[in-house]
Amino acid sequence: MSCHTSPYVSKGLLCLVQFHSVRLLGGKQLEEGVKQHYFCIEKIKMALVFLPALARMAVCGGTHGNELSGVYVVQEMERQWKEKGECAWPIPVTTVLSNPRAVKECRRYIEKDMNRCFNRATLSSPITDSSPYEVLRAHELNNLLGPKGSTDAIDLICDLHNTTANMGLTLIHYTTSDWVTLHICKYLQTKLTKVPVRVLVLDVPISDAYSLESVSKHGFSIEVGPQPHGVVRADIYTIMKEAVDLTIDWIHKFSSGMVFEGGDVEAFRFIKSVDYPRDPETRTLTAAIHPQLQDRDFCLLKRGDPLFLSFSGETVKYEEEEPLHPFFINEAAYYEKEIAFHLGKKMMLTIPSVQVQKD
Amino acid sequence: MKAVAMPTVSRVAVCGGTHGNELAGVYLVRERLKRRADGTEPVSVVTVMSNPRAVQLCVRYVETDLNRCFTRATLSAPVSETSPYEMIRSQELNALLGPKGSAQAVDLLCDLHNTTANTGLCLITYSDCDWICLHICKHLQREMASTPVRYVHFDIPLNEAYSLDSVGKHGFAMEIGPQPHSVVRSVIFSAMQEGVQLMMDWICLFNSGTLFEGGWVDVYTMVKNIDYPRDSETHVITAAVHPNLQDRDFCLLHPGDPMFLSSSGETLRYKGKEALYPFFINEGAYYEKGIALSLARKRRVEIPSVRSETLR
Repeated sequence: MSCHTSPYVSKGLLCLVQFHSVRLLGGKQLEEGVKQHYFCIEKIKMALVFLPALARMAVCGGTHGNELSGVYVVQEMERQWKEKGECAWPIPVTTVLSNPRAVKECRRYIEKDMNRCFNRATLSSPITDSSPYEVLRAHELNNLLGPKGSTDAIDLICDLHNTTANMGLTLIHYTTSDWVTLHICKYLQTKLTKVPVRVLVLDVPISDAYSLESVSKHGFSIEVGPQPHGVVRADIYTIMKEAVDLTIDWIHKFSSGMVFEGGDVEAFRFIKSVDYPRDPETRTLTAAIHPQLQDRDFCLLKRGDPLFLSFSGETVKYEEEEPLHPFFINEAAYYEKEIAFHLGKKMMLTIPSVQVQKD
Repeated sequence: MKAVAMPTVSRVAVCGGTHGNELAGVYLVRERLKRRADGTEPVSVVTVMSNPRAVQLCVRYVETDLNRCFTRATLSAPVSETSPYEMIRSQELNALLGPKGSAQAVDLLCDLHNTTANTGLCLITYSDCDWICLHICKHLQREMASTPVRYVHFDIPLNEAYSLDSVGKHGFAMEIGPQPHSVVRSVIFSAMQEGVQLMMDWICLFNSGTLFEGGWVDVYTMVKNIDYPRDSETHVITAAVHPNLQDRDFCLLHPGDPMFLSSSGETLRYKGKEALYPFFINEGAYYEKGIALSLARKRRVEIPSVRSETLR
């Protein structure tokens, strides 16, 4: 990727654009670069960054076989493709049912959580007969949509998920500096008015990133809740379908040369997880999420606020000094991962205006 | 109606984890088992974790749905080591709490369940004239302020009754929703705890000779099930419960009302001729049973005053 010599590009911003291309090779230089050039924030807002076109995107559903909205979105998109072929969408789209065996059995996974199998260690370790099904499948998907970190990787993966937590529509990705992903987030926040749309950043280096969307050059998960696993709700399906359609819409507009104005995007950065109170011997839960916290994802949790209500009636409170925002509150699949909820910090990300690079 | 004298309810069973991922009942049974009986309880209660293996794995069932294993045929079928786990377990539970239909069976069996449907609290039984169950329902309706309580009746003869609650002389499933499977929600747990406590309170009062005044109870009798629209070849579901129907359990459904919304945006409507009451709308475990919702008729049933037999 070349550094475009636009009259808008200041020296500081030029460095950021250079660091952006370094990101594709992986590494921590980007994080350092952003810290060093924070003073360019205002210049970023006024500048225009030229980015490479997105040739193709993948929409993946059923990465967890019992998160049904994504399964039905992919099913519907496949039906549209059978009917209309390449004309089904204004840009090239590949649809993937990520974990077909888990989908068939309507389970999260067969042997191992597939959405933890995309870190470099797992993708580069050899496959044997005794490898878990999901590791085999992760290798297959990495060949199909990656290889992760290479220039052959597909431009964008949009991975579809549901949660039992009351998270509305949450867009999840790894870094704070992927302008494409952040612009799509901003676009969805503007266009989707019936549901809260939030951005969650995990802040993990790409090689350690373990989920499917880290395989592509740009990637994010669309998480919609609340929906029980193994259930499809029409209202939740509609929200997810609309989010996918708007993502395709953004890419189409971007590829056609439209300028997307920069600005501020509110996001939440993952800080840590909190487990349930458990019996020390049996490890079974001794309390449930407190009724005053249940369904209040992304609220501000302050010292003294109730967290858990034990089955024998005692309240456990939040004891930390720092107010933080809880999310994934009471997600069914996280009981076995020893997570009652995550905590995050709110932050403002500044993104420049972007336009597709002309050849 | 004339007052009816009935035998005391001396032996009660409270069962949870019949489906291993319906967690309010699992945690309620665990709590009850922690608090050991000190012998002062006025009623003999046995607390049972019905399907321990399914609870351990947090799945509905391991090989076959335990709550379909209590028909006379299944209970009397010969079992071997290769029989499904739940079939072996149903015969164990029948020996412990039954035998079904005999004088040794527990007087009342309360089986705790959760549903992803927005049902509130339902007592589900096979009889519409079991005065004990109907009076307990009336008591819960009176005392539970924030939870709707309803009586649901499946008109099936005892021999064919397939669920655990049919093992007791009186019995019902106490079903509370909405709660996702494999999740425990505090308010749902509390409602179930309250429901069980109120049931125990009623039984104690009844056993000590209290006269419970008769009256009327709305009974919902199941008429039929409706499946999802499916692809004729693959059998895959092609539409979800319509947003106008989702979460509206026990709201009257009229002919022509929207029922399903297809993935491509088409509305499918209720084609029946009779307005009926839908319930178990979008229960996750029923997709594999081919049930999107059940439909019931409602009628007012008159119940007599009741008093226990031992005190005249």
